[in-house]
Amino acid sequence: MLMKLTGGRIYDPAYGINGKVRDIYVDDGWIVEAPSDGKVLQELDLRGKVVMAGAIDMHTHIGGGKVNIARTMLPEEHAADVVARTELMRSGCGHAAPSTLTAGYRYAEMGYTAGFEPAILPSNARQAHMEMHDTPIIDKGGYVMLGSDDYLLRMMAANNDQESINNYVAWTITHSQAIGVKVVNPGGINAFKFNQRKLDLDEKNSFYGVTPREILLRLARAVKELGIPHPLHVHGCNLGVPGNMNTTLDTMNGIEGLPMHMTHIQFHSYGTEGDYKFSSGAAEIAEAINRHKNITVDVGQILFGQTVTASGDSMHQHAGHAHAHPNKWVTMDIECDAGCGVLPFKYKDQSYVNALQWMIGLETFLLVEDPWRIFLTTDHPNGAPFTSYPHLIRLLMDKTFRNEVLSRLHPEAQKASRLASIDREYSLYEIAIMTRAGAAKLVGLADRGHLGVGGAADITVYTDHADREKMFSKPDYVFKDGRIVVKDGDLIDVTWGTTHVVKPDYDKSIETSLKVYFDKYLTMKMGNFKISDDEIVDDGRGSLTIQPLHKGGQI
Amino acid sequence: MTEKVEEVIRYDVPSPFCGIASDDLTVSIIGQKVKVLENGDAYTSPGFETPITDRAPRVNGKEVTLAVAVEHTAKLLRKSKQTVISGLATDLNGARAAMALADKGRATVDHMNSRAVFKNTLVLQNTGWMNTTLSEVKNRVDMLLIVGSDIEAGFPRFFERIIWPEDTLFDQDIESRSIIYLGKGPSGKASTSPEGKKAEVMLCDDADLPEVLSVLRALVAGRTINAQEVGGVSVTDLAQLATRLKEAKYSVVTWVASMLEFDHAEVSVQMVCEMVKDLNIKARSSGLPLGGKDGEVTVNQVAVWQSGYPMRTNFNRGYPDYDPYLSDCLRMLKDDEVDTLLWVSSFDITRKVPASKALTVVLGRSGMTFDTEPAVFIPVGTPGIDHKGRAFRADGVVSLPLRQLRDSGLPSTFDVLSAIEQAL
Repeated sequence: MLMKLTGGRIYDPAYGINGKVRDIYVDDGWIVEAPSDGKVLQELDLRGKVVMAGAIDMHTHIGGGKVNIARTMLPEEHAADVVARTELMRSGCGHAAPSTLTAGYRYAEMGYTAGFEPAILPSNARQAHMEMHDTPIIDKGGYVMLGSDDYLLRMMAANNDQESINNYVAWTITHSQAIGVKVVNPGGINAFKFNQRKLDLDEKNSFYGVTPREILLRLARAVKELGIPHPLHVHGCNLGVPGNMNTTLDTMNGIEGLPMHMTHIQFHSYGTEGDYKFSSGAAEIAEAINRHKNITVDVGQILFGQTVTASGDSMHQHAGHAHAHPNKWVTMDIECDAGCGVLPFKYKDQSYVNALQWMIGLETFLLVEDPWRIFLTTDHPNGAPFTSYPHLIRLLMDKTFRNEVLSRLHPEAQKASRLASIDREYSLYEIAIMTRAGAAKLVGLADRGHLGVGGAADITVYTDHADREKMFSKPDYVFKDGRIVVKDGDLIDVTWGTTHVVKPDYDKSIETSLKVYFDKYLTMKMGNFKISDDEIVDDGRGSLTIQPLHKGGQI
Repeated sequence: MTEKVEEVIRYDVPSPFCGIASDDLTVSIIGQKVKVLENGDAYTSPGFETPITDRAPRVNGKEVTLAVAVEHTAKLLRKSKQTVISGLATDLNGARAAMALADKGRATVDHMNSRAVFKNTLVLQNTGWMNTTLSEVKNRVDMLLIVGSDIEAGFPRFFERIIWPEDTLFDQDIESRSIIYLGKGPSGKASTSPEGKKAEVMLCDDADLPEVLSVLRALVAGRTINAQEVGGVSVTDLAQLATRLKEAKYSVVTWVASMLEFDHAEVSVQMVCEMVKDLNIKARSSGLPLGGKDGEVTVNQVAVWQSGYPMRTNFNRGYPDYDPYLSDCLRMLKDDEVDTLLWVSSFDITRKVPASKALTVVLGRSGMTFDTEPAVFIPVGTPGIDHKGRAFRADGVVSLPLRQLRDSGLPSTFDVLSAIEQAL
């Protein structure tokens, strides 16, 4: 059914369109050319409205083992935000560790049409996909975690060539149905199993003799050579450790110009100055990001209140367990593959450290110059639940509001930050880059994040309200694949999004050694490890979208 | 004239019956007859080999079509003021359909093994733990402490598959592994090493285990104990055990919740988990709860991601309302709080429907028997035999794809529950 969206003000950075009034035509889920005869079946008057592509959360913990541990652990947290069933929606719970169903509804209600789980363990990938399958409306996908798996570390200790590592990476991404590769505390999760309690960039794993720097180089090179559009997604060494900014700077320098995405950079931008031996490294980090054009980051902004931190970084989650609030926590060693740690956490505005974390995140947003290389995240739920994005957008777009909030925070932290002196306010165009065009480009989604002909009709329509938090909380319309799923901020239809993957080519002979490895050392067969396309389609509600590889990949 | 039915052999078949999801089975299929040729055990072989008897649904003992049975069930649920959906021995999609039905029908959900499972769940919700998974244990364990559980009675292949492999990743001499039972001893020889080294056993009564564990934890934490003996176990022996645990490179403490048959065993599980945390101040140590049969892990996982809560959640008020005491299905049935019970049991025909005054609808494996004929019985297929499926194993991390091995025509639990939901 051909529909015309008339007269909206379009923010479509993929095509350089910055607030121009244009019409958009939608047919059968896609954005199409204006019909030559001018005939449309339905017209929607969007004059005066702001129109963007559906937003994309490129880093959000929405599915998989550690998320479900977090949910299980927090019955008291859910009780404050239980969600009743309606004619349209299933019941569930919201806030820090929402049920999959509620998460999908709430993302859509905010104008988001895709979310990517950043930490899919190969051994737990099946579960991550099961949960994402039960997450309505939004598209999904994920980055598969490597770097602490014994298979890779054995290959590296044996000094295997880059091609064999590329094959292993391609095999893993293909059979865990992922769209990118993530590394968490490179080699550190593995080192923790050997009772190492920290692993700096050039520190050796006590068994394999391999360093995080080498792991990052090998994996970043594999991702590039395979033509996987999403650069290696890196949760660096020393998460949350005061002084870790130096490691972060070394990591950027050490990647030798290869594309690298450094995630939740806020948690890796800490100095050791001042009475509290905890200071902001945001200026130096932002300056380095500005200089290194191969680097992208997302912020992992913290916002105040109760949340839960769920990470693959068992080493640092264990180190931080004394901060669990309420006082309960989980870590796991997992399948000679990875690990995880889950700690409930309450960020307090009168805590010096928490207040400064808030400032460091915002400083980073405001000091990184290129909005195509920085992304809006709270590392849901680690910094704050994703439902706080409209508030975060207001902090970025409204200096007066930002400084007013700032003035209420821990006074010593205020003195330790230059945030109050930063004048920058993000524009709607820049927000559209960070949350749409840039995110789609970063993840490698050819058909999303833009409003050009041939793009999927994932479209969000807002009222241009001066209060940006209000504006971004309640879109007028959200289209998912051409269907109106949200009207006036309320859900009116439930659809089921697709799962985005890449399928890099690999040499099938790698399975000879992998099969031996699975048989000897693991507790499942290689054939049963593989997640088939049918499993993603599942009961018919799911679908698979294979995104193109970059040219120069091995396909 | 009968057509000769050819035998089909399938390899690397995963078992949904054993809790540790052994997936190295060789299975023969001749028509409807399934036989485990290799790597079966006391749970897996009968699980696969139970023959199909019933095919037709029954309402009040009379054979009916599936459509009639579904419509009759929907009628019962529509009239019900308090439905409980329990048993829930099913796979991923069976669990999904059960949750959807509970949400729509304002029912309470619980699992047949909840009494055991909640000994662990309550600990996770109260203080958490540091746990590990089967492949880590297989490659790393140097000391295995087994608390109050005769593992091989419930998990016959645990030692062969996990503790005594031929190769490990870190070139450990597996003969150097220490196996120590605290509480119950082993009923067989599975825990004896390939070269004949027997497990160490420190016996005490179940009733004394909580006290013995608390002394062990105190010793691990460096506390002084004045008593000479606790629950018949010498404190000197416990002190030695504490020292060995602290010196181990990768100790694993395991238990089978269903075998901790004493009141408030969750407190003992918590004692163990907190001891493991204490050991990790300097060394590495992990817990490993064993369980996972009858879909118990799968169903809890699905319930948690779809509603935020595990089993024992009711939807009476239109939203999930979790209460591990009030929504205990067996307690509710005993106290006559249930008017309609929908019981799902698709794996094990020896599992009985709990006796109650409630009108009972059973989605059960073909061949299961009843002390009292239920109002409705619908024979359903078994995941991993009659239809494809997915199931989690004990450690809650790994899930396996279950295969369809034969074409029995039996509907899946997902199909039947979805049809009931549609009819509601």
